[in-house]
Amino acid sequence: MSEPKTIIEKVWEQKIVHEEEGKPDLIYIDLHLVHEVTSPQAFEGLRMTNRQVRRPDLTFATMDHNVPTKDRDTIKDPISKKQMEALEKNCKEFGVPLADMFHPDQGIVHVIGPQLGLTQPGKTIVCGDSHTSTHGAFGAIAFGIGTSEVEHVLATQTIWQAKPKTLNVRVDGELGQGVTAKDLILAVIAKYGVRMGNGHIIEYTGDAIRKMSMEERMTICNMSIEAGARAGLISPDETTVEFLRGKRHVPKGEEFDELAEEWLALATDEGATYDKTLSIQAEEIEPQVTWGTNPGMGVPVSSSTPTIADVDNKEEVKLALEYMGLEEAQPMTSIEVDHVFIGSCTNSRLNDLKKAASIIKGKKVKDSVRAIVVPGSFLVKMQAEEEGLDEVFKEAGFEWRDAGCSMCLGMNDDIVPPGGRCASTSNRNFEGRQGNGARTHLVSPEMAAAAAIEGHFVDVRNYEKTAI
Amino acid sequence: MEAIKQHKGLVYPMNRTNVDTDQIIPKQFLKRIERTGFGRFLFYHWRFDDDGNKRSSFNLNDPKYDDASILIAGDNFGCGSSREHAPWSILDYGFRVLIAPSFADIFYNNSFKNGLVPIAVDEAQVNEWLEKAENGNLHLNVDLETKKITDDSGVEISFDIPEYHRQNVMNGWDDIALTLQLAEKISEYEKSSL
Repeated sequence: MSEPKTIIEKVWEQKIVHEEEGKPDLIYIDLHLVHEVTSPQAFEGLRMTNRQVRRPDLTFATMDHNVPTKDRDTIKDPISKKQMEALEKNCKEFGVPLADMFHPDQGIVHVIGPQLGLTQPGKTIVCGDSHTSTHGAFGAIAFGIGTSEVEHVLATQTIWQAKPKTLNVRVDGELGQGVTAKDLILAVIAKYGVRMGNGHIIEYTGDAIRKMSMEERMTICNMSIEAGARAGLISPDETTVEFLRGKRHVPKGEEFDELAEEWLALATDEGATYDKTLSIQAEEIEPQVTWGTNPGMGVPVSSSTPTIADVDNKEEVKLALEYMGLEEAQPMTSIEVDHVFIGSCTNSRLNDLKKAASIIKGKKVKDSVRAIVVPGSFLVKMQAEEEGLDEVFKEAGFEWRDAGCSMCLGMNDDIVPPGGRCASTSNRNFEGRQGNGARTHLVSPEMAAAAAIEGHFVDVRNYEKTAI
Repeated sequence: MEAIKQHKGLVYPMNRTNVDTDQIIPKQFLKRIERTGFGRFLFYHWRFDDDGNKRSSFNLNDPKYDDASILIAGDNFGCGSSREHAPWSILDYGFRVLIAPSFADIFYNNSFKNGLVPIAVDEAQVNEWLEKAENGNLHLNVDLETKKITDDSGVEISFDIPEYHRQNVMNGWDDIALTLQLAEKISEYEKSSL
């Protein structure tokens, strides 16, 4: 029998177009996702060198970063408008399929790839966006690239990549009631730091991962980049296959069954080894809240901000607390928020919205809080409306918006004002991320929903829920 | 991109770890569709207050660093987003070389693609240079051919960067043109594997 291999090695070997001593491998790209922010200079580069898009059929574009989430017909910012018009023009000129902001397939690029079935196990997927790691949930090698690489992939459908090291993040046991995939990934990053994954592709393994739905797996893989890893993935299993069955871009009938067999065979072999293994016990994990200015600065909701005397990185902690307007050793539940954002490529899928809705149903958003929900795609929005979730949110006092990246990074009008404090289901709590001077606390959808009602962080494990 | 074989320059010290791409170039400046002109937005909210005035508390605003072309920083420089606007803004501001104990993966790649050279150097040496550069008079000589950095006081260290990137930046090669020499292999792959 051949040597046991990880899924990372199996997929990598299949994609090598050219290898040469002393050089990275030239890897074929099966799916190239494009959005308006990181592509204009790449298309311009093609134009200047008189090059074409090699495989428009393996390329798919949408608008997500800049799009307004209400009153879509009037884009106030002329530069945003210009950027979206540039994408439209580029896609037309180079023959790339585009779901523009009025198209029923529009949404955050990492939400629509899976929902259309474009994302599949064993594919190499790139996008000029660091959260491309999301697609790894399906057992794809998916990673973010810069604009020069976007141009390279457009022109050649390949990319030069050194074979990455492998990192196994093993999660044994079972998550407690009220503890979510978001809490798990935040806890992992808090435990091992924001550069634990530098130079590696992560594979998430263990019982707790196996039990997760595809949506939860996407939340985990999405934040791989926050741990420093360009890509994070999960071996495909029956959950993966069932999610993809019937999706528009996967084959039907027998052809699907054959493909599913191939997908399942990609899973990491028993006894395969990794360059590094880190583990965490699921039962140890509580609902998390970040207190600082990078995603590794997080703690359980039942605890407090750090005490500077107790930490090694004193200067970093001091600067972060100062920016966040927090005291040291301050209980997390004492922190009051004035904004709540439920959305982003991390947590904007149907089940995220359902879980948040189960917390707020029959309650009211605190007067001092502005709360918005931004579904990840038009489709998610439609499905949520079919289930009446929009009414639950609106009755509670949430704004119900159209799909886009929105307040995760505030490139459109959805901004947290200077000094504002936001409980956010997004992925980055960097300084100014949600608006200049804005303070971001990363949490799960349930934790964000409860913070909207109470006006401060609470432990959702002890919080009343209503079945949806 | 402009080829770079050797570079001597004044050092600017940024004594922070985990400097993320959102600080390097805030999101409101990502809407432009050009590659140039991003230098004035570099570290925007650290350099300028809400009224657009320079913050005197931020050391890059100190005139003694006006001619700096080598940026030295703490661990994990460039973490976060894949925005290539980050290296574009650093280059456009006037830096050619970055030195830190480590860099985030995507940022590291993006830098080389533009002829901005990120060099990983061990933490003790970085800390020594961070401190020395405080006086605004530390110059380093970075030689990509010999893979050595020397400072004014005679300290000399060796460094390593991936050979592929080294050749590309030293020759100012167009990545895509090189790959297209392999177009036949790509076609063969497509025939046999897709």
